[in-house]
Amino acid sequence: MKRFAIGTAGVALSLAAYAPNPVRAHDYAVGPLKIGHPWARASPPSAKVGGGYLAIENTGPEPDRLVGGSTEGAARVEIHESSLADGIMRMRERTDGVAVPPGQTLEFKPGGLHLMLVDLKAPLKQGDKVKATLVFERAGTVAIELQVQGVGAPQPAATGHTRH
Amino acid sequence: MPVLKWIRYGAWAGVVLVSFVGAAILLGWWQVDGPGRSPAGRAAVQGVPAIGGPFTLVDQTGRTVTDADYRGKPLAVFFGFTHCPEVCPTTLVQMANLTGKIGAAADPLQILLITVDPERDTPEQLALYLQSFDPRVVGLTGSRQQVDAALAAYKAYAKKIPTENGYTMDHSASVYLMKADGGFRTMIDYHEDEASALEKVRMVLR
Repeated sequence: MKRFAIGTAGVALSLAAYAPNPVRAHDYAVGPLKIGHPWARASPPSAKVGGGYLAIENTGPEPDRLVGGSTEGAARVEIHESSLADGIMRMRERTDGVAVPPGQTLEFKPGGLHLMLVDLKAPLKQGDKVKATLVFERAGTVAIELQVQGVGAPQPAATGHTRH
Repeated sequence: MPVLKWIRYGAWAGVVLVSFVGAAILLGWWQVDGPGRSPAGRAAVQGVPAIGGPFTLVDQTGRTVTDADYRGKPLAVFFGFTHCPEVCPTTLVQMANLTGKIGAAADPLQILLITVDPERDTPEQLALYLQSFDPRVVGLTGSRQQVDAALAAYKAYAKKIPTENGYTMDHSASVYLMKADGGFRTMIDYHEDEASALEKVRMVLR
């Protein structure tokens, strides 16, 4: 829980210190990390959870690790990974976070790694922007905004951003 | 003449052997292909696994339904749960895309989402959840026993996995396409490409 204990504080921080320094239209940076186009799927009215997706590029020489986050839109943010084997979909929490090796880009996308927004305060609606923070072991905290796409959207809508 | 006697014995032994083999072949045919075959064997011979079967569940309006209520309609059946941000919305949207591409010819297809999480997925919860999707989708829940029986009928898998703050569900992610007579036709895998999935849906509509 300690990773997410910053939850409430993180929300306050994201609201107070919300000053993203976009590299491009919808990209963020913290230290050597570039965060590409964070987005989320709209959630059905009764859904308690939502999926958040983004790309993290580590342009520095040191490894880093995403260890948690928070959002104004939900009680908690967890790091989850879905995997399909033998026709069975499994989802596991990555309680130790997830490594971002130097020179690599980590993709969070449907069917794989995702931010799990747990106990949504309200349904995520297409077109909404949801403020959130990500916490990295080395680079620290970064405020981001998740753009909400359609329910079941397989990938972010083309918004003219270039990530790679 | 002992030589002729041995030849006679040998000939009779041959007759016995041929009769035995003949009888064995006849018996084998009777049980595997002939009138004596079991229903399971019949399915195996036709290469159709015994998937699907009777279920009694509750739909999102609170009405109790059975498999017989959907006889006469081809079905697309899959298992999921509403606390599922990943597979379940993806599958629901994909099914809507497929039926949309096929158009009016897909109207007879009944899409059934059977929850694997009846403890949290009440009919009311399913009704709210399904508002975001194709209105033709019927959500089914029931008691744990009823859901387990449906899972068993479809040879599907679901398991509750405790997490730090609750639980999640591992579950079969494929879509079962069932013929109008209730028999199994084929399955769509989670990562199947659209052209192949489209052809399968068309196949079950024929």
